[in-house]
Amino acid sequence: MKTKPRMAPQRGFNFDYLMWLFTRLSALAMYLIAIIGITAALLMSARQNMTVADLMRWAFMPNPNHVVNTNVTNIDAWKTIFWQLMGILMLFFAGGHGLHGLASVLEDYISHTWIRNSLRILILLVWVAMSLIGIAVIVTS
Amino acid sequence: MGLKRNVSLIEGLRYQGKGPMLTYVLHRIGGLGIVIFVALHILASWLSNHAWGSSAGIFINTIYENWIFQIFIFFCAFFHVINGLRIVILDLWPKLIEYQREAIWLEWFIFIPVYGIALFVIIRGGLGG
Repeated sequence: MKTKPRMAPQRGFNFDYLMWLFTRLSALAMYLIAIIGITAALLMSARQNMTVADLMRWAFMPNPNHVVNTNVTNIDAWKTIFWQLMGILMLFFAGGHGLHGLASVLEDYISHTWIRNSLRILILLVWVAMSLIGIAVIVTS
Repeated sequence: MGLKRNVSLIEGLRYQGKGPMLTYVLHRIGGLGIVIFVALHILASWLSNHAWGSSAGIFINTIYENWIFQIFIFFCAFFHVINGLRIVILDLWPKLIEYQREAIWLEWFIFIPVYGIALFVIIRGGLGG
């Protein structure tokens, strides 16, 4: 199967460059949020009341639903505006990073410009929808 | 100007990129696995939080709580996270690209024990021990 040749992305300061940078910086941001989550959890009695698996779930997404099944009895400290904000930040970075990643993987295997452009729009819509659903889950849990 | 790409799928598969190519392929598979898992997980939480008489949330839960799916998703997550840190460091400090092969070895030395422990815990749990 021979695919048609196409132009590679241009160098310079453009959308693709910005997303390249966003992918790297959001990875660092997610590391930072996870480290903050783990450190705070260990200070908030995780050493006695949580397994490593529970701690990992909390690190990936600081949501009180990840605490209710552990031995932590009082989840007030795990259910604050601060953790909701951290959760929303994690969702923002992970969503942008993941769906842009999905777009760049798919675009590597698609040579028709119009399919690639419609995929970008579709993925943008999926990102908006999933972000709204995720924020709804975070603020109501 | 721009480069012209003209590589068929078969030619692409035949490319012998060795270690770095393997991390590139696994990084892509891992990233896609995480996207699938996170999307399912957000949808499941949303459907179960808003109990519109729907058991779809619980059904989606049974997919990703299955221990065989967990073996796959933990591989995706740990590999993507550890390999991703290598990519970020080498891309943001390009002088280090000279040490890419060493960085990949280091990465496997970190990944294998971490994933090994996770595998042990998952399989022990999956076998009901």
